[in-house]
Amino acid sequence: MNVLVCISNVPDTTSKINFIDNDKLFDTNGVQFIINPNDEFGLTRAIWLQQKDQAIVTVVTVGDISCEPILRKCLAIGANKAVRIDYNALDGFAVAEQLKSLCEKESYDLIICGRESIDYNGGMVGGMLAQMLGFSYITNCISIDLNGNEVEAKREIDGGIETLSSSLPIVIGAQKGLVEESDLIIPNMRGIMQARQKPLDVLASVNSSVKSSVDQFEKPPVKGSVKLVDPENIDELISLLHNEAKVI
Amino acid sequence: MAILVYAESQNGKFKKSSYEAVSYGRALADESNQNLVVISINSEEPKVLANYGPDKVLSIKDASLINFTAQNFANAISEYAKKEEASILVLSSTADSKYFVPLLAVKLDAGLASNVVSSPISISPLVVKRSCFTNKAFNNTTLKGSTNIICVLSNSFGVHEKQSQPEIIEVNTSAYNDNKVKVKSVDKVIGTVSIADADIVVSGGRGLKGPENWHLIEGLASTLGAATACSKPVSDMGWRPHTEHVGQTGKPVASNLYIAIGISGAIQHLAGINASKVKVVINNDSEAPFFKVADYGIIGDAFDVVPKLTEKLKAFKSQ
Ligand SMILES: Cc1cc2nc3c(=O)[nH]c(=O)nc-3n(C[C@H](O)[C@H](O)[C@H](O)COP(=O)(O)OP(=O)(O)OC[C@H]3O[C@@H](n4cnc5c(N)ncnc54)[C@H](O)[C@@H]3O)c2cc1C
Ligand SMILES: Nc1ncnc2c1ncn2[C@@H]1O[C@H](COP(=O)(O)O)[C@@H](O)[C@H]1O
Repeated sequence: MNVLVCISNVPDTTSKINFIDNDKLFDTNGVQFIINPNDEFGLTRAIWLQQKDQAIVTVVTVGDISCEPILRKCLAIGANKAVRIDYNALDGFAVAEQLKSLCEKESYDLIICGRESIDYNGGMVGGMLAQMLGFSYITNCISIDLNGNEVEAKREIDGGIETLSSSLPIVIGAQKGLVEESDLIIPNMRGIMQARQKPLDVLASVNSSVKSSVDQFEKPPVKGSVKLVDPENIDELISLLHNEAKVI
Repeated sequence: MAILVYAESQNGKFKKSSYEAVSYGRALADESNQNLVVISINSEEPKVLANYGPDKVLSIKDASLINFTAQNFANAISEYAKKEEASILVLSSTADSKYFVPLLAVKLDAGLASNVVSSPISISPLVVKRSCFTNKAFNNTTLKGSTNIICVLSNSFGVHEKQSQPEIIEVNTSAYNDNKVKVKSVDKVIGTVSIADADIVVSGGRGLKGPENWHLIEGLASTLGAATACSKPVSDMGWRPHTEHVGQTGKPVASNLYIAIGISGAIQHLAGINASKVKVVINNDSEAPFFKVADYGIIGDAFDVVPKLTEKLKAFKSQ
């Protein structure tokens, strides 16, 4: 079985977000990049398939050379090979088209994306890729069991869990629950050494249709200071929420 | 050409976020001089939409769309978007919309912006402001498709009433039978408010010491008609179900009021709840980072403050 895990290279969750160039560019200065957390859950799930069912796990990222350390990390975690599609990822549609071109060349049975990336939070690449390929799509996926071509999956919905059946080939949107945080594989020395020998192919991009562009960033307005209410005077809080904030 | 809004409903009733999406569509239709067409699917009350200003309502009744599946909803809405020659589609950023809208965008070859927080900055070119970096920033996105899709973040634009006399067209179909993904069963906690739909969310952190104390959170929440939520460690330790975990790696919250009890306010927690309008913190440590982002705060012991607050709110509600 061939499994593809799509990896988005994102700023660490603790990063301070700043912009440069008249707020036109994200300031990467001092920012540490990580595997998008949702994708990391997906990668560990893929490695389990490799260990149990001898699946071949490929990781791919669409981006420039600065994304390669993350791909090396994925190889150290256990992926068999890595692919970088050399393209400045501008919008989700174009990224999905780049991924599609890879998927048409290779044949993947299971494609794992994250439910969303934590930088642009588009939540769109996985679904777009599925539709472009004509594959099934299940997002917010918290479990997947394969039996031949049959797929049984669970997804988180508002206030509950849905159980679904489908078949390969399929694209899923991974999130916490697909594996637990304590299951995440931390690369060891042996993994890191092996990763150096594993293939990291760089592919040229294909033509794609860019349907959006990000022109300008803005930070949320600086918050005024908190109004403190004495614990002995809770009526005041109720009055503020009712009369001032008008939320109760 | 038209502006097309999909008004999502659940068990035949529209969600509040649907009225917000229709309001958004109305403003857009006015600014761009187009008609506003609203689609409802299996709603029992399509006439209610007349309070928010559509020119036309397509009320689709379809047995094959009673259970939500992303593919069938994408197929249905793309069909009507084409029939109505929609230039811009507006949806709310609900979990279901977020699921099927990427499929829809590919079917319509459309530009897509999710988590949009305000009316367009410009119509031509179409520029919208959206939330990014999990609410740590905003960006202006130019949509360049010949058709474009906007998903409005809950509670960002607001519901604006505007009476109209729309033509209401009933469409009976049963045509959507894509079975690539089938729903086998749904396991839903009924009778509680879901985080995504809630106007008010009451959330508890590690400061509550253990699951046996959650009646404090639940009591306050039920007094306010609120959803309950929790910080990540609370769900990791199994005090509460995973579905309640909010934050950057959990569920996003965009409620009108968010009450954080015994939550320190770590950056990953705040990122996920920052889109909420008004934030209240109850914490016994005046140095807790949550106080820096909250609108109102009480420095005090949750075990003392929360029962009092619940009692006083009950009295206030019964006035
Ligand atoms: C990659 C990554 C992703 C993460 N994603 C998320 C996420 O999505 N959501 C999330 O929530 N966290 C997330 N975290 C974890 C986050 O960093 C914090 O550890 C977590 O939010 C802390 O939870 P807490 O506030 O409940 O607990 P604590 O930080 O332990 O805070 C407990 C608070 O309760 C107060 N308290 C104690 N006793 C009382 C009392 N009697 N009355 C009132 N107050 C009291 C304390 O003063 C303290 O401020 C993530 C971390 C990482 C590394
Ligand atoms: N540049 C990229 N390269 C590879 N995969 C990506 C890229 N951007 C997004 N993805 C995948 O698509 C998922 C959803 O991303 P997004 O649509 O940006 O929220 C991510 O979790 C990744 O799995």
